[in-house]
Amino acid sequence: MNATTSPYPSASRWLWLAPALAIAFFFGFPLVTIVLRGANLDGLIDTYTNGSILRMLWFTAWQAAASTALCLALSLPATYALSRFHFRGERLFLALLTTPFLLPTVVVGAAFTAVLPSQLHYTAIAIVAAHAFFNIAVVVRVVGAQWEQLSLQLSEAARTLGVSPLRAFATITLPLLRGSITAASVVVGLFSFTSYGVVRVLGGPARSTLETEIYTRAVLIGDLPGALALSIGQMLVLSVAVAWWMRSNRSTNQMVLSAPHRTIAQRGRQRIVLRAIVLCTSFVVAAPMVALAWRSLRTANTFSLAGWNAVFSSTTTAALQTSASFAIVTAIIATAFGLLVSFAVAYGSRRYAILELVSVLPLTVSAVTIGLGMLITFDVSPIDFRSAWLITPIAHSLIALPLVVRTTLPVVRAIPNGLREVAATMGANRWHRFRSIDWPLAQRAAATAAALSFAVSLGEFGATSFITRRTSETLPVLISRLLSRTGDTVQAHAYALSTIFVISSIIGIYIADAMRKQQVSR
Amino acid sequence: MLELRNIAVDYAGQPIISNLSLAVATKEIVSLVGPSGSGKTTLLRVIAGLEKPRIGSILIDGSDVSAVPTHQRGIGLVFQDNQLFPHLTVEQNIAYPLRMRGQSKADCQPQVEAMLQLIGLQQFGSRHVQHLSGGEAKRVAVARSLIAQPSVLLLDEPLTGLDTELHDRLLRDIAALLRARGTTVVHVTHDLREATTLSDRVVDIREIGAPCK
Repeated sequence: MNATTSPYPSASRWLWLAPALAIAFFFGFPLVTIVLRGANLDGLIDTYTNGSILRMLWFTAWQAAASTALCLALSLPATYALSRFHFRGERLFLALLTTPFLLPTVVVGAAFTAVLPSQLHYTAIAIVAAHAFFNIAVVVRVVGAQWEQLSLQLSEAARTLGVSPLRAFATITLPLLRGSITAASVVVGLFSFTSYGVVRVLGGPARSTLETEIYTRAVLIGDLPGALALSIGQMLVLSVAVAWWMRSNRSTNQMVLSAPHRTIAQRGRQRIVLRAIVLCTSFVVAAPMVALAWRSLRTANTFSLAGWNAVFSSTTTAALQTSASFAIVTAIIATAFGLLVSFAVAYGSRRYAILELVSVLPLTVSAVTIGLGMLITFDVSPIDFRSAWLITPIAHSLIALPLVVRTTLPVVRAIPNGLREVAATMGANRWHRFRSIDWPLAQRAAATAAALSFAVSLGEFGATSFITRRTSETLPVLISRLLSRTGDTVQAHAYALSTIFVISSIIGIYIADAMRKQQVSR
Repeated sequence: MLELRNIAVDYAGQPIISNLSLAVATKEIVSLVGPSGSGKTTLLRVIAGLEKPRIGSILIDGSDVSAVPTHQRGIGLVFQDNQLFPHLTVEQNIAYPLRMRGQSKADCQPQVEAMLQLIGLQQFGSRHVQHLSGGEAKRVAVARSLIAQPSVLLLDEPLTGLDTELHDRLLRDIAALLRARGTTVVHVTHDLREATTLSDRVVDIREIGAPCK
């Protein structure tokens, strides 16, 4: 849409201002501070030639690669089942696979502490397994969206040309899915590379990744130059990965796809394979979550409700109140600013498209770096906001902003201009056209974006652990603190809180699914 | 020779085809006609092994292939919408069955070039299949099936959706190509004129079995 066809030309000229200023001040300014204070050549050389740092970087890289490989191995059979077949319980199966991704990373760490034998705690295996578990939904959703639209007849055509089903999969299906598999792999690799909560819980003192090392250096041992040098390196790696991800997304969109084509498993062998996939994957995904609930009811190897009684303690109630209020404020800020970005980009001339790019920039920086940036930028007069209550929801809003824009912008862009023109011929002025056409059509996407922002804030741990104070502890921070302490009741308390997160996530998915079904039936 | 004996097919508990028998001689081109929904496409999918009949048997040159998987039956199928592999070029699509049999690219090349010449698309070898017109894509689909030298070629409404001029030209070209190569063909259409032009024998599917419609 160019300036001459903008439906709201005067509004589009100022809509961008507030989000651009907010992003520049709360995101750009801290990043510039990190770069200015950390871009010291000697410091960078010292950091990146340090043997223990190099070992930590190598571990960060290979655990991300291993997590991605394991996640693909675990998710692709389930993606095949969900993309190619209709079967009883498919909605429940999809909800089960989606749940881990909605859990705070600290809860995922807790779940693997609960399910794995103590010999495997604080090992690379535990970290890799937890990352694979957490990211299953990414592969299922990203690859599944393409797979279910890939014509089934392409592999049938290969079979009529003398090719076995396995070979047809390798030579036809797999190459055609390469774009989405690459996109999903980059996202899973990125999440595993920047994982913080999982490594904090499962890594212990011996296993550190780039993110936990930044935290350790900045907060625990006071090596701020080292933390800043690591943050700069991490920003570079993430920028390259996000650029690659956006490119693979574009190539996926260019694929020629058919209408969704799923069938009912008819042949005996197909049914057996389908059941085996669904049962095995369900077991692997459900086991850590069931273990959480089980361990929340155990203290000193006996059945006990002590962990659940502690849920009603004043510490937990305060953390719950803090988390809920942060999440509500985040939902308001992120949705409002995200909508302003979407309207500015959709209504404005082409030059406003840069704002879309700027709004997804927080994806190129980890939550830990955002937290670190705010920590070092906003603790000096005259901008001493660090102790301000609002700083945490602002950090959460920055993290949620790319999601809000990606949820609302396609919807706002898709509103046909003809509707506004019809309304104009009926006497509606610009404000009435916006209120009667644009807003009603965009409000469902806005509600989804608000729910996403709420969920992001509720589970956020990386940035929060830098900027939150003990007096305003969130639930994930409390869970992490409880897990790091000894004592069966304290551990059971952490597991009980984690179980509440699991149950809330399942209810959230159920409500979202019910709303989607209602929308479809309309 | 292709023989179908007492074929019955159900889908989701509903009979689609029941007690259908048909014999097609070697090098014969048979057109199956019938209204939409009479089970023509289903029958082709059964012959190719993509659907399993509830009862009945399929014989090729006297051997029962009912339990033989699709890729080992030696039957080619040209789909109504071609199903060209979108990530491969024209040449790669045509060479695909040969490459899958282990032939090197160099070994395939003369056969692929000969086939491109036969279908009149010599200049199109390196073109992406998504940039082909409807008629060109159809020729490539037929060529890809023929290069595999199937004992029986199945054509599922191959000329549907083409404009009249292109339809007639392509019909003549395909008929000439199939006769020149002496391929045994089962052709499915609802267009009686197309059936009589292409085939040696036209069979109404409702007369050879009892499609339950």
